[in-house]
Amino acid sequence: MRNLLLVAKLDIKESTRSKWFFVYLLVFGGLMALFFITGITDSVVMGFTGLSRLLLVYMQVTIVILPIFILITTVKSISGDRESAILEYMLSFPVALRDYYWGKMLGRFVIVFVPVMIALVIGVLWGLFKGGELPWKVLIVYSLFLFSLCALFLGIAFFISTIVKSHDVALGASFVVWILMLAFIDIALIGLMLANRWNDDFIIALALLNPLEVFRVGAISLFDPELTVMGPVAYFLLDTFGHKLFLFYAVFYPLVLGALFAFAGFWVFRKRDLL
Amino acid sequence: MIAIKEATKRFLDTNVLDHITLTIKRGDKIALMGPNGAGKTTLVRTILGFYHLDMGEVRVEGFDPVKNRVEVLKRTSFIPQTPPPIKLSLNELMEYVSKSSHITPKSIMQEASRMDLDISKHLAKPFFKLSGGMKQKMLIAIALAKRSDLLIFDEPTANLDPKAREKFYALLQEMPDSATTIYVTHRIEEVEPLVNRKIYMDLGKVIEDERV
Repeated sequence: MRNLLLVAKLDIKESTRSKWFFVYLLVFGGLMALFFITGITDSVVMGFTGLSRLLLVYMQVTIVILPIFILITTVKSISGDRESAILEYMLSFPVALRDYYWGKMLGRFVIVFVPVMIALVIGVLWGLFKGGELPWKVLIVYSLFLFSLCALFLGIAFFISTIVKSHDVALGASFVVWILMLAFIDIALIGLMLANRWNDDFIIALALLNPLEVFRVGAISLFDPELTVMGPVAYFLLDTFGHKLFLFYAVFYPLVLGALFAFAGFWVFRKRDLL
Repeated sequence: MIAIKEATKRFLDTNVLDHITLTIKRGDKIALMGPNGAGKTTLVRTILGFYHLDMGEVRVEGFDPVKNRVEVLKRTSFIPQTPPPIKLSLNELMEYVSKSSHITPKSIMQEASRMDLDISKHLAKPFFKLSGGMKQKMLIAIALAKRSDLLIFDEPTANLDPKAREKFYALLQEMPDSATTIYVTHRIEEVEPLVNRKIYMDLGKVIEDERV
Protein backbone atom coordinates (compact mmCIF):
# COMPACT_ATOMS: atom_id res chain seq x y z
CA MET A 1 0.00 0.00 0.00
CA ARG A 2 2.88 2.35 0.82
CA ASN A 3 4.39 1.82 -2.62
CA LEU A 4 0.97 2.22 -4.27
CA LEU A 5 0.61 5.66 -2.70
CA LEU A 6 4.21 6.48 -3.60
CA VAL A 7 3.61 5.64 -7.28
CA ALA A 8 0.35 7.62 -7.24
CA LYS A 9 2.01 10.65 -5.65
CA LEU A 10 4.90 10.67 -8.12
CA ASP A 11 2.54 10.24 -11.06
CA ILE A 12 0.51 13.24 -9.88
CA LYS A 13 3.67 15.33 -9.50
CA GLU A 14 4.92 14.31 -12.93
CA SER A 15 1.55 14.96 -14.58
CA THR A 16 1.18 18.44 -13.11
CA ARG A 17 4.37 19.43 -14.93
CA SER A 18 3.32 17.98 -18.26
CA LYS A 19 2.02 19.94 -21.23
CA TRP A 20 -1.11 17.81 -21.61
CA PHE A 21 -2.17 18.71 -18.07
CA PHE A 22 -1.71 22.39 -18.83
CA VAL A 23 -3.90 22.05 -21.94
CA TYR A 24 -6.43 20.03 -19.91
CA LEU A 25 -6.67 22.82 -17.30
CA LEU A 26 -6.90 25.40 -20.04
CA VAL A 27 -9.74 23.57 -21.81
CA PHE A 28 -11.93 23.05 -18.74
CA GLY A 29 -11.07 26.41 -17.15
CA GLY A 30 -11.62 28.06 -20.55
CA LEU A 31 -14.91 26.24 -20.95
CA MET A 32 -16.25 27.69 -17.72
CA ALA A 33 -14.92 31.14 -18.60
CA LEU A 34 -16.67 30.87 -21.95
CA PHE A 35 -19.93 29.97 -20.25
CA PHE A 36 -19.63 33.00 -17.97
CA ILE A 37 -18.83 35.33 -20.86
CA THR A 38 -21.65 34.04 -23.05
CA GLY A 39 -24.05 34.56 -20.13
CA ILE A 40 -25.45 31.04 -19.92
CA THR A 41 -26.23 31.56 -16.24
CA ASP A 42 -28.33 34.61 -17.03
CA SER A 43 -30.86 32.68 -19.05
CA VAL A 44 -33.92 30.87 -17.72
CA VAL A 45 -35.16 28.00 -19.86
CA MET A 46 -38.19 25.75 -19.29
CA GLY A 47 -38.60 26.97 -15.73
CA PHE A 48 -35.06 26.05 -14.70
CA THR A 49 -32.65 28.60 -13.30
CA GLY A 50 -29.61 29.67 -15.27
CA LEU A 51 -27.40 27.60 -12.97
CA SER A 52 -29.03 24.31 -13.95
CA ARG A 53 -28.65 25.32 -17.55
CA LEU A 54 -24.96 26.03 -17.02
CA LEU A 55 -24.46 22.64 -15.37
CA LEU A 56 -26.27 20.91 -18.21
CA VAL A 57 -24.21 22.58 -20.93
CA TYR A 58 -21.05 21.83 -18.94
CA MET A 59 -21.99 18.15 -18.64
CA GLN A 60 -22.89 17.92 -22.32
CA VAL A 61 -19.55 19.33 -23.41
CA THR A 62 -17.66 17.31 -20.79
CA ILE A 63 -19.24 14.06 -21.93
CA VAL A 64 -17.75 14.65 -25.39
CA ILE A 65 -14.37 16.14 -24.48
CA LEU A 66 -13.39 14.37 -21.26
CA PRO A 67 -13.29 10.80 -22.63
CA ILE A 68 -10.90 11.61 -25.46
CA PHE A 69 -8.71 13.66 -23.12
CA ILE A 70 -8.50 10.80 -20.64
CA LEU A 71 -7.94 8.23 -23.36
CA ILE A 72 -5.17 9.95 -25.30
CA THR A 73 -3.28 11.10 -22.23
CA THR A 74 -3.59 7.85 -20.29
CA VAL A 75 -3.03 5.16 -22.92
CA LYS A 76 0.61 6.13 -23.00
CA SER A 77 1.08 5.65 -19.26
CA ILE A 78 2.04 1.97 -19.61
CA SER A 79 2.55 1.54 -23.37
CA GLY A 80 4.62 4.74 -23.69
CA ASP A 81 6.74 3.86 -20.66
CA ARG A 82 7.23 0.39 -22.09
CA GLU A 83 8.34 1.77 -25.44
CA SER A 84 10.77 4.28 -23.96
CA ALA A 85 12.25 1.70 -21.53
CA ILE A 86 11.08 3.72 -18.52
CA LEU A 87 8.97 0.75 -17.42
CA GLU A 88 12.00 -1.54 -17.56
CA TYR A 89 13.92 0.70 -15.19
CA MET A 90 11.10 1.64 -12.81
CA LEU A 91 10.06 -1.98 -12.45
CA SER A 92 13.60 -3.10 -11.68
CA PHE A 93 12.94 -1.86 -8.12
CA PRO A 94 11.09 -3.96 -5.55
CA VAL A 95 7.63 -2.60 -6.26
CA ALA A 96 4.80 -5.11 -6.68
CA LEU A 97 3.05 -4.97 -10.03
CA ARG A 98 -0.20 -4.45 -8.12
CA ASP A 99 1.19 -1.32 -6.44
CA TYR A 100 2.64 0.05 -9.67
CA TYR A 101 -0.49 -0.48 -11.78
CA TRP A 102 -3.08 0.71 -9.27
CA GLY A 103 -0.80 3.49 -8.06
CA LYS A 104 -0.53 4.81 -11.61
CA MET A 105 -4.28 4.58 -11.98
CA LEU A 106 -4.98 6.32 -8.67
CA GLY A 107 -2.59 9.15 -9.56
CA ARG A 108 -4.15 9.56 -12.97
CA PHE A 109 -7.65 9.50 -11.50
CA VAL A 110 -6.84 12.38 -9.17
CA ILE A 111 -5.26 14.36 -11.98
CA VAL A 112 -8.24 14.02 -14.35
CA PHE A 113 -11.06 14.17 -11.81
CA VAL A 114 -9.99 17.12 -9.66
CA PRO A 115 -9.85 19.77 -12.45
CA VAL A 116 -13.31 18.88 -13.85
CA MET A 117 -14.75 18.91 -10.34
CA ILE A 118 -13.12 22.26 -9.60
CA ALA A 119 -14.54 23.66 -12.84
CA LEU A 120 -17.97 22.36 -11.82
CA VAL A 121 -17.72 23.94 -8.35
CA ILE A 122 -16.54 27.25 -9.86
CA GLY A 123 -19.55 27.15 -12.19
CA VAL A 124 -21.88 26.57 -9.26
CA LEU A 125 -20.31 29.38 -7.22
CA TRP A 126 -20.62 31.72 -10.19
CA GLY A 127 -24.26 30.72 -10.67
CA LEU A 128 -24.97 31.36 -6.99
CA PHE A 129 -23.19 34.70 -7.20
CA LYS A 130 -25.46 35.61 -10.09
CA GLY A 131 -28.45 34.91 -7.88
CA GLY A 132 -29.42 31.34 -8.79
CA GLU A 133 -30.52 28.68 -6.31
CA LEU A 134 -28.20 25.83 -5.50
CA PRO A 135 -29.62 22.71 -7.23
CA TRP A 136 -28.28 20.14 -4.75
CA LYS A 137 -29.69 17.11 -6.52
CA VAL A 138 -28.25 18.11 -9.89
CA LEU A 139 -24.89 18.95 -8.36
CA ILE A 140 -24.59 15.64 -6.51
CA VAL A 141 -25.72 13.54 -9.48
CA TYR A 142 -23.42 15.43 -11.86
CA SER A 143 -20.48 14.95 -9.49
CA LEU A 144 -21.23 11.21 -9.44
CA PHE A 145 -21.46 11.24 -13.25
CA LEU A 146 -18.06 12.90 -13.51
CA PHE A 147 -16.57 10.41 -11.04
CA SER A 148 -18.04 7.53 -12.97
CA LEU A 149 -17.02 8.97 -16.37
CA CYS A 150 -13.41 9.41 -15.23
CA ALA A 151 -13.29 5.88 -13.76
CA LEU A 152 -14.75 4.34 -16.91
CA PHE A 153 -12.37 5.93 -19.38
CA LEU A 154 -9.37 5.46 -17.12
CA GLY A 155 -10.26 1.76 -16.94
CA ILE A 156 -10.53 1.54 -20.72
CA ALA A 157 -7.32 3.54 -21.22
CA PHE A 158 -5.32 1.35 -18.83
CA PHE A 159 -6.70 -1.76 -20.49
CA ILE A 160 -5.62 -0.53 -23.94
CA SER A 161 -2.31 0.61 -22.51
CA THR A 162 -1.48 -2.85 -21.18
CA ILE A 163 -2.65 -4.95 -24.13
CA VAL A 164 -0.86 -3.03 -26.88
CA LYS A 165 2.90 -2.72 -27.00
CA SER A 166 3.15 0.36 -29.17
CA HIS A 167 2.12 3.85 -28.18
CA ASP A 168 0.83 4.63 -31.69
CA VAL A 169 -1.46 1.61 -31.73
CA ALA A 170 -2.72 2.58 -28.27
CA LEU A 171 -3.56 6.07 -29.51
CA GLY A 172 -5.34 4.68 -32.57
CA ALA A 173 -7.35 2.26 -30.41
CA SER A 174 -8.45 5.11 -28.11
CA PHE A 175 -9.76 7.12 -31.04
CA VAL A 176 -11.70 4.12 -32.30
CA VAL A 177 -13.30 3.60 -28.85
CA TRP A 178 -14.23 7.27 -28.57
CA ILE A 179 -15.61 7.60 -32.09
CA LEU A 180 -17.64 4.38 -31.70
CA MET A 181 -19.22 5.56 -28.48
CA LEU A 182 -19.96 8.99 -29.90
CA ALA A 183 -21.42 7.48 -33.06
CA PHE A 184 -23.89 5.33 -31.16
CA ILE A 185 -25.72 8.06 -29.31
CA ASP A 186 -29.36 8.80 -29.89
CA ILE A 187 -28.90 11.66 -32.30
CA ALA A 188 -26.29 9.89 -34.44
CA LEU A 189 -26.22 6.30 -35.74
CA ILE A 190 -29.01 5.11 -33.45
CA GLY A 191 -31.30 7.72 -34.99
CA LEU A 192 -30.34 6.43 -38.42
CA MET A 193 -31.01 2.82 -37.39
CA LEU A 194 -34.44 3.80 -36.11
CA ALA A 195 -35.20 5.54 -39.38
CA ASN A 196 -34.20 2.38 -41.22
CA ARG A 197 -36.44 0.24 -38.97
CA TRP A 198 -33.76 -1.88 -37.33
CA ASN A 199 -34.88 -4.21 -34.56
CA ASP A 200 -36.07 -2.11 -31.59
CA ASP A 201 -34.61 -4.38 -28.92
CA PHE A 202 -31.23 -4.32 -30.61
CA ILE A 203 -31.27 -0.53 -30.74
CA ILE A 204 -32.32 -0.24 -27.08
CA ALA A 205 -29.63 -2.71 -26.04
CA LEU A 206 -27.02 -0.73 -27.97
CA ALA A 207 -28.11 2.47 -26.28
CA LEU A 208 -28.03 0.87 -22.84
CA LEU A 209 -24.57 -0.58 -23.43
CA ASN A 210 -23.10 2.71 -24.61
CA PRO A 211 -21.89 4.58 -21.52
CA LEU A 212 -21.87 7.92 -23.36
CA GLU A 213 -25.54 7.53 -24.29
CA VAL A 214 -26.33 6.51 -20.72
CA PHE A 215 -24.51 9.57 -19.33
CA ARG A 216 -26.19 11.83 -21.82
CA VAL A 217 -29.69 10.59 -21.05
CA GLY A 218 -28.99 10.73 -17.31
CA ALA A 219 -27.59 14.25 -17.48
CA ILE A 220 -30.33 15.70 -19.66
CA SER A 221 -33.09 13.93 -17.74
CA LEU A 222 -32.29 16.07 -14.72
CA PHE A 223 -32.84 19.19 -16.78
CA ASP A 224 -35.57 18.05 -19.14
CA PRO A 225 -37.46 15.06 -17.67
CA GLU A 226 -39.55 14.74 -20.83
CA LEU A 227 -36.37 14.39 -22.92
CA THR A 228 -37.95 16.31 -25.74
CA VAL A 229 -34.54 17.29 -27.06
CA MET A 230 -33.03 13.84 -27.02
CA GLY A 231 -34.86 11.52 -29.34
CA PRO A 232 -37.12 8.46 -29.01
CA VAL A 233 -34.63 5.92 -27.62
CA ALA A 234 -33.75 8.14 -24.69
CA TYR A 235 -37.42 8.70 -24.02
CA PHE A 236 -38.09 4.96 -24.14
CA LEU A 237 -35.22 4.19 -21.75
CA LEU A 238 -36.37 6.69 -19.19
CA ASP A 239 -39.98 5.66 -19.52
CA THR A 240 -39.14 1.97 -19.07
CA PHE A 241 -36.64 2.26 -16.23
CA GLY A 242 -38.13 5.18 -14.35
CA HIS A 243 -36.11 8.24 -13.48
CA LYS A 244 -34.46 7.05 -10.23
CA LEU A 245 -33.49 3.61 -11.49
CA PHE A 246 -32.08 5.08 -14.67
CA LEU A 247 -29.94 7.59 -12.76
CA PHE A 248 -28.66 4.75 -10.60
CA TYR A 249 -27.85 2.77 -13.75
CA ALA A 250 -26.21 5.81 -15.38
CA VAL A 251 -23.82 6.17 -12.43
CA PHE A 252 -23.07 2.53 -11.62
CA TYR A 253 -23.03 0.81 -15.01
CA PRO A 254 -20.06 2.87 -16.31
CA LEU A 255 -18.33 2.52 -12.94
CA VAL A 256 -18.64 -1.27 -13.04
CA LEU A 257 -17.60 -1.33 -16.72
CA GLY A 258 -14.56 0.84 -15.92
CA ALA A 259 -13.62 -1.46 -13.03
CA LEU A 260 -13.94 -4.52 -15.29
CA PHE A 261 -11.63 -2.98 -17.89
CA ALA A 262 -9.17 -1.88 -15.20
CA PHE A 263 -9.05 -5.39 -13.69
CA ALA A 264 -8.74 -6.96 -17.14
CA GLY A 265 -5.83 -4.59 -17.80
CA PHE A 266 -4.21 -5.59 -14.52
CA TRP A 267 -4.65 -9.27 -15.32
CA VAL A 268 -2.91 -8.77 -18.67
CA PHE A 269 -0.19 -6.69 -16.98
CA ARG A 270 0.53 -9.54 -14.56
CA LYS A 271 0.19 -12.45 -16.92
CA ARG A 272 2.01 -11.22 -20.01
CA ASP A 273 5.60 -10.16 -20.61
CA LEU A 274 6.15 -6.72 -19.11
CA LEU A 275 8.38 -5.56 -21.96
CA MET B 1 22.47 -17.55 -6.22
CA ILE B 2 20.85 -17.93 -9.67
CA ALA B 3 19.71 -21.27 -11.05
CA ILE B 4 18.54 -21.38 -14.66
CA LYS B 5 17.17 -24.69 -15.93
CA GLU B 6 16.27 -25.33 -19.57
CA ALA B 7 15.11 -21.71 -19.94
CA THR B 8 13.43 -21.20 -23.28
CA LYS B 9 11.85 -17.99 -24.50
CA ARG B 10 10.23 -17.69 -27.88
CA PHE B 11 9.43 -14.47 -29.74
CA LEU B 12 7.32 -15.14 -32.82
CA ASP B 13 8.87 -18.39 -34.04
CA THR B 14 12.40 -17.73 -32.88
CA ASN B 15 13.92 -19.18 -29.72
CA VAL B 16 15.60 -16.13 -28.24
CA LEU B 17 16.62 -18.26 -25.28
CA ASP B 18 17.13 -21.85 -26.31
CA HIS B 19 17.18 -24.38 -23.44
CA ILE B 20 19.69 -22.47 -21.34
CA THR B 21 20.96 -24.13 -18.19
CA LEU B 22 23.25 -22.08 -16.01
CA THR B 23 24.20 -21.86 -12.37
CA ILE B 24 25.57 -18.60 -11.03
CA LYS B 25 27.12 -18.77 -7.60
CA ARG B 26 27.36 -16.06 -5.00
CA GLY B 27 30.48 -14.02 -5.72
CA ASP B 28 30.61 -14.83 -9.42
CA LYS B 29 31.67 -11.84 -11.52
CA ILE B 30 30.50 -12.59 -15.00
CA ALA B 31 31.16 -11.00 -18.37
CA LEU B 32 28.16 -11.93 -20.50
CA MET B 33 29.12 -11.56 -24.14
CA GLY B 34 27.85 -12.31 -27.59
CA PRO B 35 26.80 -10.65 -30.83
CA ASN B 36 23.62 -8.59 -31.16
CA GLY B 37 20.55 -10.82 -30.94
CA ALA B 38 22.43 -13.51 -29.01
CA GLY B 39 19.88 -13.39 -26.16
CA LYS B 40 21.96 -11.57 -23.52
CA THR B 41 19.40 -8.86 -22.75
CA THR B 42 16.55 -11.39 -22.83
CA LEU B 43 18.41 -13.53 -20.30
CA VAL B 44 18.95 -10.53 -18.05
CA ARG B 45 15.32 -9.46 -18.35
CA THR B 46 14.23 -12.99 -17.51
CA ILE B 47 16.33 -12.91 -14.35
CA LEU B 48 14.67 -9.58 -13.49
CA GLY B 49 11.20 -11.09 -13.98
CA PHE B 50 10.14 -9.12 -17.06
CA TYR B 51 9.53 -12.17 -19.23
CA HIS B 52 7.46 -15.30 -18.73
CA LEU B 53 9.42 -18.31 -19.96
CA ASP B 54 7.88 -20.67 -22.49
CA MET B 55 9.76 -23.53 -20.89
CA GLY B 56 12.16 -24.10 -18.02
CA GLU B 57 12.65 -22.06 -14.88
CA VAL B 58 14.76 -19.37 -13.27
CA ARG B 59 15.33 -19.02 -9.54
CA VAL B 60 17.15 -16.22 -7.75
CA GLU B 61 18.00 -17.24 -4.19
CA GLY B 62 15.20 -19.79 -4.59
CA PHE B 63 12.63 -17.20 -5.69
CA ASP B 64 10.79 -17.17 -9.01
CA PRO B 65 11.45 -13.69 -10.51
CA VAL B 66 7.92 -13.50 -11.95
CA LYS B 67 5.93 -14.77 -8.97
CA ASN B 68 8.18 -13.31 -6.26
CA ARG B 69 9.49 -10.27 -8.07
CA VAL B 70 9.71 -8.10 -4.95
CA GLU B 71 11.87 -10.68 -3.15
CA VAL B 72 14.19 -10.95 -6.17
CA LEU B 73 14.41 -7.22 -6.84
CA LYS B 74 15.14 -6.43 -3.19
CA ARG B 75 18.48 -8.15 -3.74
CA THR B 76 19.15 -6.77 -7.21
CA SER B 77 20.54 -3.62 -8.80
CA PHE B 78 20.16 -3.04 -12.49
CA ILE B 79 21.60 -0.50 -14.91
CA PRO B 80 20.05 -0.55 -18.39
CA GLN B 81 21.99 -0.09 -21.60
CA THR B 82 20.59 3.38 -22.27
CA PRO B 83 19.29 5.69 -19.53
CA PRO B 84 15.51 5.90 -20.00
CA PRO B 85 13.89 9.35 -20.44
CA ILE B 86 12.38 9.41 -16.95
CA LYS B 87 10.37 12.59 -16.41
CA LEU B 88 10.62 12.54 -12.62
CA SER B 89 12.97 15.08 -11.08
CA LEU B 90 16.09 13.74 -9.38
CA ASN B 91 14.45 14.40 -6.02
CA GLU B 92 11.37 12.38 -7.03
CA LEU B 93 13.45 9.60 -8.55
CA MET B 94 15.47 9.35 -5.34
CA GLU B 95 12.23 9.27 -3.34
CA TYR B 96 10.95 6.40 -5.52
CA VAL B 97 14.18 4.45 -5.16
CA SER B 98 14.76 5.13 -1.48
CA LYS B 99 11.21 4.35 -0.35
CA SER B 100 10.83 1.24 -2.49
CA SER B 101 14.30 -0.12 -1.77
CA HIS B 102 14.61 1.04 1.85
CA ILE B 103 17.75 3.12 1.41
CA THR B 104 18.30 6.81 2.10
CA PRO B 105 18.55 9.56 -0.53
CA LYS B 106 21.74 10.56 1.28
CA SER B 107 23.39 7.27 0.38
CA ILE B 108 22.54 7.85 -3.30
CA MET B 109 24.01 11.34 -3.13
CA GLN B 110 27.16 9.97 -1.54
CA GLU B 111 27.61 7.40 -4.28
CA ALA B 112 26.95 10.10 -6.87
CA SER B 113 29.62 12.34 -5.43
CA ARG B 114 32.05 9.41 -5.57
CA MET B 115 31.26 9.36 -9.30
CA ASP B 116 32.04 13.11 -9.41
CA LEU B 117 28.36 13.98 -9.84
CA ASP B 118 27.03 16.76 -7.63
CA ILE B 119 23.30 16.05 -7.51
CA SER B 120 22.48 18.89 -5.13
CA LYS B 121 22.59 21.39 -8.00
CA HIS B 122 20.09 19.42 -10.07
CA LEU B 123 17.57 18.09 -7.56
CA ALA B 124 14.56 19.80 -9.15
CA LYS B 125 15.63 19.00 -12.70
CA PRO B 126 13.83 16.21 -14.58
CA PHE B 127 16.11 13.21 -15.02
CA PHE B 128 15.76 13.21 -18.81
CA LYS B 129 17.17 16.73 -19.02
CA LEU B 130 20.56 15.69 -17.62
CA SER B 131 23.41 15.03 -20.01
CA GLY B 132 24.00 11.42 -21.12
CA GLY B 133 26.99 11.03 -18.84
CA MET B 134 25.21 12.52 -15.83
CA LYS B 135 22.23 10.22 -16.33
CA GLN B 136 24.46 7.18 -16.44
CA LYS B 137 26.35 8.31 -13.33
CA MET B 138 23.04 8.78 -11.52
CA LEU B 139 21.92 5.26 -12.44
CA ILE B 140 25.26 3.88 -11.27
CA ALA B 141 24.97 5.81 -8.00
CA ILE B 142 21.50 4.36 -7.41
CA ALA B 143 22.67 0.84 -8.25
CA LEU B 144 25.64 1.04 -5.89
CA ALA B 145 23.68 2.71 -3.07
CA LYS B 146 21.31 -0.27 -2.95
CA ARG B 147 24.20 -2.49 -1.76
CA SER B 148 22.63 -5.42 -3.56
CA ASP B 149 23.75 -9.04 -3.59
CA LEU B 150 23.22 -9.16 -7.35
CA LEU B 151 24.25 -6.38 -9.74
CA ILE B 152 23.34 -6.49 -13.40
CA PHE B 153 24.96 -3.98 -15.69
CA ASP B 154 23.91 -3.85 -19.33
CA GLU B 155 26.73 -1.96 -21.10
CA PRO B 156 26.99 0.42 -18.13
CA THR B 157 29.80 2.59 -19.44
CA ALA B 158 28.40 3.32 -22.91
CA ASN B 159 27.76 6.98 -22.07
CA LEU B 160 30.76 7.61 -19.85
CA ASP B 161 33.97 9.41 -20.73
CA PRO B 162 37.26 7.57 -20.04
CA LYS B 163 37.78 9.27 -16.68
CA ALA B 164 34.29 8.38 -15.47
CA ARG B 165 34.77 4.81 -16.69
CA GLU B 166 37.93 4.47 -14.62
CA LYS B 167 36.12 5.86 -11.60
CA PHE B 168 33.27 3.42 -12.10
CA TYR B 169 35.56 0.41 -12.36
CA ALA B 170 37.48 1.58 -9.31
CA LEU B 171 34.23 1.72 -7.34
CA LEU B 172 33.29 -1.75 -8.52
CA GLN B 173 36.56 -3.12 -7.18
CA GLU B 174 35.40 -2.01 -3.74
CA MET B 175 32.35 -4.25 -3.97
CA PRO B 176 32.34 -7.13 -1.45
CA ASP B 177 33.51 -10.48 -2.78
CA SER B 178 30.15 -12.01 -1.95
CA ALA B 179 28.32 -9.75 -4.43
CA THR B 180 27.40 -11.38 -7.72
CA THR B 181 27.88 -9.20 -10.77
CA ILE B 182 26.81 -9.69 -14.37
CA TYR B 183 28.26 -7.32 -16.98
CA VAL B 184 26.58 -7.49 -20.36
CA THR B 185 29.32 -6.18 -22.58
CA HIS B 186 30.94 -6.08 -25.99
CA ARG B 187 34.18 -4.70 -24.54
CA ILE B 188 35.71 -7.54 -22.58
CA GLU B 189 39.01 -5.68 -22.20
CA GLU B 190 37.32 -3.14 -19.94
CA VAL B 191 35.80 -5.57 -17.50
CA GLU B 192 38.44 -8.29 -17.75
CA PRO B 193 40.16 -7.33 -14.50
CA LEU B 194 36.83 -7.40 -12.70
CA VAL B 195 35.48 -10.78 -13.76
CA ASN B 196 36.16 -14.35 -12.77
CA ARG B 197 33.90 -15.93 -15.37
CA LYS B 198 33.15 -15.34 -19.04
CA ILE B 199 29.95 -16.53 -20.65
CA TYR B 200 29.57 -16.30 -24.41
CA MET B 201 26.11 -16.55 -25.97
CA ASP B 202 24.92 -16.86 -29.55
CA LEU B 203 21.50 -17.60 -31.07
CA GLY B 204 19.95 -18.00 -27.65
CA LYS B 205 22.41 -20.60 -26.42
CA VAL B 206 25.41 -20.54 -24.10
CA ILE B 207 28.33 -21.31 -26.40
CA GLU B 208 31.15 -20.95 -23.95
CA ASP B 209 31.34 -20.75 -20.17
CA GLU B 210 34.85 -20.19 -18.93
CA ARG B 211 36.17 -19.56 -15.43
CA VAL B 212 39.11 -17.18 -15.28
